[in-house]
Amino acid sequence: MLGLTAKDTTLLIIVAVLTLFAPFILNPFPTDSAMAQFNAGYPDLMQRFVIFGIFAIGFNILFGLTGYLSFGHAAFLGVGSYSAVWMMKLLTMNVIPAIVLSVIVAGLFSVVIGYISLRRSGIYFSILTLAFAQMSYNLAYSVLTPVTNGETGLQIALDDPRILDGANAPQYPNLFGTEMNDAVTMALGPWAFTFSVGYYVCAIIMMLAFYLSIRIFRSPFGMMLRAVKSNQQRMNYTGLNTRPYTLAAFVISGMYAGLAGGLMASMDPLAGAERMQWTASGEVVLMTILGGAGTLIGPVVGAGFIKYFENIFSKINDSILHQWFSFMPEGIEDLLVFLVHPFIGKGWHLTLGLLFMLVVIFLPGGLVEGGQRLSRMFGRKAKTSDEKTDGKTSPAE
Amino acid sequence: MDAIILQLLNGLDKGSAYALIALGLTLIFGTLGVVNFAHGAIFMIGAFCAVTLSKLFNLSHKSSEPSGTDFLGNPKYEDILYVKDWFGESFGSWMIDWSVPLAVLFAIPIMVGLGFIMERGLIKHFYKRPHADQILVTFGLAIVLQEIIKYFYGANPIPTTAPEAFRGSFDFGVLLGFDPNAIIYPYWRLVYFGFSALIIGAVFAFLQFTTFGMVVRAGMADRETVGLLGININRRFTIMFGIAAAVAGLAGVMYAPINSPNYHMGMDFLVLSFVVVVVGGMGSLPGAVLAGFLLGILESFASMNEVKNVLPGIDQIIIYLVAIIILLTRPRGLMGRRGVMEE
Repeated sequence: MLGLTAKDTTLLIIVAVLTLFAPFILNPFPTDSAMAQFNAGYPDLMQRFVIFGIFAIGFNILFGLTGYLSFGHAAFLGVGSYSAVWMMKLLTMNVIPAIVLSVIVAGLFSVVIGYISLRRSGIYFSILTLAFAQMSYNLAYSVLTPVTNGETGLQIALDDPRILDGANAPQYPNLFGTEMNDAVTMALGPWAFTFSVGYYVCAIIMMLAFYLSIRIFRSPFGMMLRAVKSNQQRMNYTGLNTRPYTLAAFVISGMYAGLAGGLMASMDPLAGAERMQWTASGEVVLMTILGGAGTLIGPVVGAGFIKYFENIFSKINDSILHQWFSFMPEGIEDLLVFLVHPFIGKGWHLTLGLLFMLVVIFLPGGLVEGGQRLSRMFGRKAKTSDEKTDGKTSPAE
Repeated sequence: MDAIILQLLNGLDKGSAYALIALGLTLIFGTLGVVNFAHGAIFMIGAFCAVTLSKLFNLSHKSSEPSGTDFLGNPKYEDILYVKDWFGESFGSWMIDWSVPLAVLFAIPIMVGLGFIMERGLIKHFYKRPHADQILVTFGLAIVLQEIIKYFYGANPIPTTAPEAFRGSFDFGVLLGFDPNAIIYPYWRLVYFGFSALIIGAVFAFLQFTTFGMVVRAGMADRETVGLLGININRRFTIMFGIAAAVAGLAGVMYAPINSPNYHMGMDFLVLSFVVVVVGGMGSLPGAVLAGFLLGILESFASMNEVKNVLPGIDQIIIYLVAIIILLTRPRGLMGRRGVMEE
């Protein structure tokens, strides 16, 4: 179907079902129960899942396939956000032109940066992208203030021109009149499920992006990129110029980042320079590696994992911990709470850092590889399915 | 003229910090071949050594006898500092005043120990893995270290003061025959520059004039041959890692009065010091020092108003711009050796 093998179609359908039913799946606990705070099915968080999913899918096309580790991808996301907000200020609050412009601008920007950075490889490439990203960040904060509005961040205002919008056009980002933050809440017994327009716009775009990335992974072009990763020298000896291929990969992943930035601005019309800082680039690196670089589903898993725990872990506090461990004897309960305390709430980054180190040390294939190992451990009976899961990461199909 | 001298001086203290961090970074790269993204975190921990020592010195207990009554009529107890109890009034207050320089002594064993633990516990296992993996695992380590510091010290910058004697500014202009107040320079920055020159000199002397240093240099040039001669080069490289950590840590200790330490300062310096290392040439010690001072001075010249009027925003990007140009035209860096990190 759609030019995919049966296995990839299954994967795509699973992802599609999961994203479309996410408002149900992520809301397993009734609203007034004690566990309700672990519900992740509210629009804001779900939007972040899919937007960062897109960002990580794009990053994976560069890093997972070619092995070029870019530490400056947040710059493209930031540029995408800025151009989307400008589109909303000048032309129309409809999100489609904004998103299209953000992809184009990020693409152009990444052509320039990629063309220069790809002259070097390895750590020099990382440093070059880092330098470019830091330059854009510093400039966005200081000299480019007329364009970026400096520290305050770029916002929409009531007196913006908006040439294409009529007098009664909506004042919020919309899709042909349907506002992004419109939502329908469905009460089902003790549960409440929220379906927001913004989330579904993002989700559909993410599915398209995911489909495109499957096609890239399975195409001759993707094969060429894998060859660059495994041995670039040999590629050069065979008389192939690898530069156009790596540059194309870089630009595609830059456009994905721009798309993510544009979506981010469409959901919440605001763009700030801090989105371009190198630690923001580091975050997408974390997501991709944590999930599993070079696999199709890995980056999405990693993005969802990090964003979920960032929101949920940081909400756990000591009293909740006391509740959890209340079945233990008094002393042990206090001790456990004391031991766990540094890792929750504000300390969530500590957990993330440790987890990330553990993954890099023991599971270079990320959570996806972990899942595969587990399934191999428990599912020994079906050897054929074993080989199938293996096929997902192996370069040659 | 006076403006140029002023910028030169301003560049020196920034440049000394860059040079010290980059020196440690390139030392690790040159010996062990590891790209260490946690080096900025080591610098940050050094700065927090200074914070810790001054906090320790300021520990106090309540006096046993009330010294009077407060406005509600309750007996008032004075806080008595432990250091004054133990070392006497005058020496105690001297210690508090000089807590930052004293922290240098306090930091050396801590930083060397930290370097040892890092190398033996983690980085040792990453020699054979690709550079990307080394970057990633040390990046994770940097996050962990900075979160640990944040847990104990909070997220806000903690002001730390230099000793009373160095708190003022020095009027350079008078010395050179300019008008008074034309070139004013804080004493502590002079101290910082002198200190970093001392450390850099010590590291070079250690490598140049001791047998140990000779073996390390030989190992940097050809690790295998040195190993074949029956020398345990890995052991020496571990010690060099400890020394590199100490160099970065000391840079942090002395930097604390210049910029109040916060848990995030390591990440800010990391990017810059990587750029410095690359400009100087990966694995080249003189290159790192040269590039550190060069970039520091360039940065302060770029922030002059005359320059900014011609090229707005140049002060923000000059370092990165120089790095990009150097990387594209001279990928080996200013003083890099042939064959190090080349494709």
